[in-house]
Amino acid sequence: MSSSTPLLTVDELSVVFHRRGADDVRAVDGVSFTLEEGRVTGLVGESGCGKSVTSLALMGLLPSRGLTVGGSARMRLPEGETDLLALSPRRMRDLRGAQLAMIFQDPLSSLNPVIPIGLQVTEILRRHRGLRGSAARKEAADLLHRVGIPDPTRRLREYPHQLSGGMRQRALIAMAVACRPKLMIADEPTTALDVTIQAQILELLRDLVVEEGTALLMITHDLGVVAGLCDDINVLYAGRAVEAAPRSPLFAEPTHPYTVGLLGSVPRLDAPRGEPLTPVRGSVNDNIAWADGCAFAPRCDHYTMECLRGAPELVHATGEHAHRCVNPVGHAKAADRAVQESPAAVGDEEARG
Amino acid sequence: MLRFIVRRVLQLIPTLVGLSILLFVWLQRLPGGPEYALLPDDATDEQRASLRRSLGLDEPLTVQYLSFLRRIAQGDLGTSIASGRPVLEEFLTRFPATFELAVSAMVIAVAVGLPLGYLAARRRGTVLDFAAVGGSLVGICTPVFFLAFILKVVFAERLGLFPSAFRLSPGLDRTNLSGFAVLDGLRTGEWDVVADALAHLVLPGLALASIPLAVIVRMTRASVLEVLEEDYVRTADAKGLHRNTVRTRHVMRNAMLPVVTAIGLLTGSLFAGAVLTESVFAFPGIGSFIYSATQERDYPVLTGFILIIATVYVFINLLVDISYSLLDPRVRAQ
Repeated sequence: MSSSTPLLTVDELSVVFHRRGADDVRAVDGVSFTLEEGRVTGLVGESGCGKSVTSLALMGLLPSRGLTVGGSARMRLPEGETDLLALSPRRMRDLRGAQLAMIFQDPLSSLNPVIPIGLQVTEILRRHRGLRGSAARKEAADLLHRVGIPDPTRRLREYPHQLSGGMRQRALIAMAVACRPKLMIADEPTTALDVTIQAQILELLRDLVVEEGTALLMITHDLGVVAGLCDDINVLYAGRAVEAAPRSPLFAEPTHPYTVGLLGSVPRLDAPRGEPLTPVRGSVNDNIAWADGCAFAPRCDHYTMECLRGAPELVHATGEHAHRCVNPVGHAKAADRAVQESPAAVGDEEARG
Repeated sequence: MLRFIVRRVLQLIPTLVGLSILLFVWLQRLPGGPEYALLPDDATDEQRASLRRSLGLDEPLTVQYLSFLRRIAQGDLGTSIASGRPVLEEFLTRFPATFELAVSAMVIAVAVGLPLGYLAARRRGTVLDFAAVGGSLVGICTPVFFLAFILKVVFAERLGLFPSAFRLSPGLDRTNLSGFAVLDGLRTGEWDVVADALAHLVLPGLALASIPLAVIVRMTRASVLEVLEEDYVRTADAKGLHRNTVRTRHVMRNAMLPVVTAIGLLTGSLFAGAVLTESVFAFPGIGSFIYSATQERDYPVLTGFILIIATVYVFINLLVDISYSLLDPRVRAQ
C-alpha cells in the first residue's frame, strides 16, 4: 500500500436489499479497498457477485428505498476528507460528474436516444463548469476530439443511433472526463463492444488515467481486461473480496480457489492442443451465506470441514497479497499461519462446535 | 425534417381517396336510396325519378363518383333537409363552438393528466398513486352524459359556480369576427366576453375531458415508470444534473412519445364525443346539431359530419406524426 493517504478508502461497504415477504439479500457484504490517483483498480467477479452494486453505492445511484448501505467510503476532496455514503443526495449531485464520474456497460442504452450528442455533453459542462453557448460547444467538440471521435463538430449535432458502438462509448467517456473528475468508475465498459474496439477503448482509458492522474475503478468479469489494464485487483465473490493483490502476484500465484478457477476458465491460445478448459462448477446461486462459513465452499475443489466453521477472514499472506481462504492454493504454510493468527476464525470454531 | 413532412402529406392522398370512396358507397347504400332519404315519405314516384335525374343517379357509378368528388372539392356538401340551408354553412356556424370545447377539454386533460401521471409514477405505491390510478378507472367507466349531468346539477344548479347551459350568457354584447367566441374576445379586447365564454366552457370541458384525462394519466404513469428504469436516466443522474433537468429533458421527453400518439387519437374522438356533452349543456356546437340530425334522418348533414370528422382525424394524425418526428429523431431517419 502507498504511504500517502489514498484518494478513496472504502471500508466494510455493505448493501442489503430488503424484500417484502422474503429474506434480505446481502448484495455487498463488507468490501474494503483503496483507490489511488493514476492507478487502475479492478473489481472482478461473476455476475451477481456485487461489483456493480458496489459502484452504484459509491456513486450514490442506488434507489433510495428498500435497501440499507453500511460502511464508509472516505474520499479526499478539495474541502477535506468526506464520507461519500454519508452525504446528502443534493451534495452527491454536486460531486457526481464533477469529482466522480461513471462509464456504463451498454453505450447505446446509456445515451438518451432523442437528444443530440452535443447537448448530452454540454449539459454536464453547463452544470459543473458553468459553460454555455458557443464556449460549451467548443469545449464539447474538444472533448470528443480528445477521446478520438473524428469530425467532432458534426458529431455534436448527431443522435446516438447515428454513431457506431465504439463511437458511443467514446462519447460517454467524453462526458465522464468532461469535468476532470479525480475518480472514474467504469462498469464493464467494453462488454457490449467488438474485440477490436474493446482494445481501443481500454487504451483510451489507460491514457486518460496516465495523463490526468485519475483513479479508475474498473469493474469487469473479463480477466483479459484485468491483465491489460489493472494495477491492483480485488476478486469478489458473493459480496465479499476473496482475494486482493497487485496484478503480477495475482496472475503469477493466485491463492484463492475461486481466483484459480476464474483463471482456469479463460481460453488461452498458448495452451496445449486439446487441453480442456476447467470452469468453476456450479453457479453463483449455489453459494451459502457467509455467516455459515465460506460462501464459495459448495463450488470449491479444495473445501474441507474447516471451511464451514465460520466465515474466513481476509488475511495478508505475503505483503500486499491478501486472501480469504482456509485452504489456499499453493501457499499452504503461509495460510496455516494466517488462520492460526486469526482470532475470529477460532472464535467461530468454538461457537459452532 | 421538411422531406419527412412532405412525404407524410403525400401519404394523406390515398387515405383521403379511400375515405371518399367509403363515403360514396355509404351514400349509395342509404335505405331505399337517396331519393327516399332526401324526399319526404309522401313524395310521388315522378318526384323521385326527377330527383334521381337531377342528382345524376342514372349515370354510371364512376361518373357519379367523380361528380361527387367535384362537389366536395367545391365545398358543396348538399342541403340540409331540416333547415333547407347548405350543409357546409350549417357546419361553419357551429364548428367554432365545438372546436373551442374540444380544445378546452384537451387542455384540461393534458394540463392535469401529464403532471398527475408523472407524480403517480414517481410516488408509485403511495396514496397519491392509488388515487390517480383509481380515479382514472372511475373516469373511464363513467358515461360522459352521466358525468355531464352530475356536473351540471352540482356545480351549476346547486352551487351556481358556473353557467349551466349555452355558449355565452344571453344578451351579451359581442363583436363576431370568426365565430370563435374566446378568440374574438381576445382580438377585440372584450374581456367580459372572454371570461363569459370561458366560464361556459368549464363544465362541458370537464365532462368531455374525463375520458382523455383518465387515459393520459394512466399512459403517462406507465410510460414514466418504464423510462425511469432506462439506463440513460441513470447516466443523467451520474452526470450530477439537477433533478429538474433529469425530469424534463431525460424522463418526460422520452415518456411523452407514446402519450403524444394517444393525445392525437383522443383529440379526434373528442369531436365525435362532443355530441352527448353538448346535448346536456345545450351547447350550440356540432354535437347537438348532429344529435337532432340523427333524430330527423337528415342524411346530407350526417354525410357532411362524417366527412368533416374523418378529415379532422386524418389531419390530427398528420400533426401527431410531425410532432412525433420532432420529439424522436429516430422516426425521421426511417
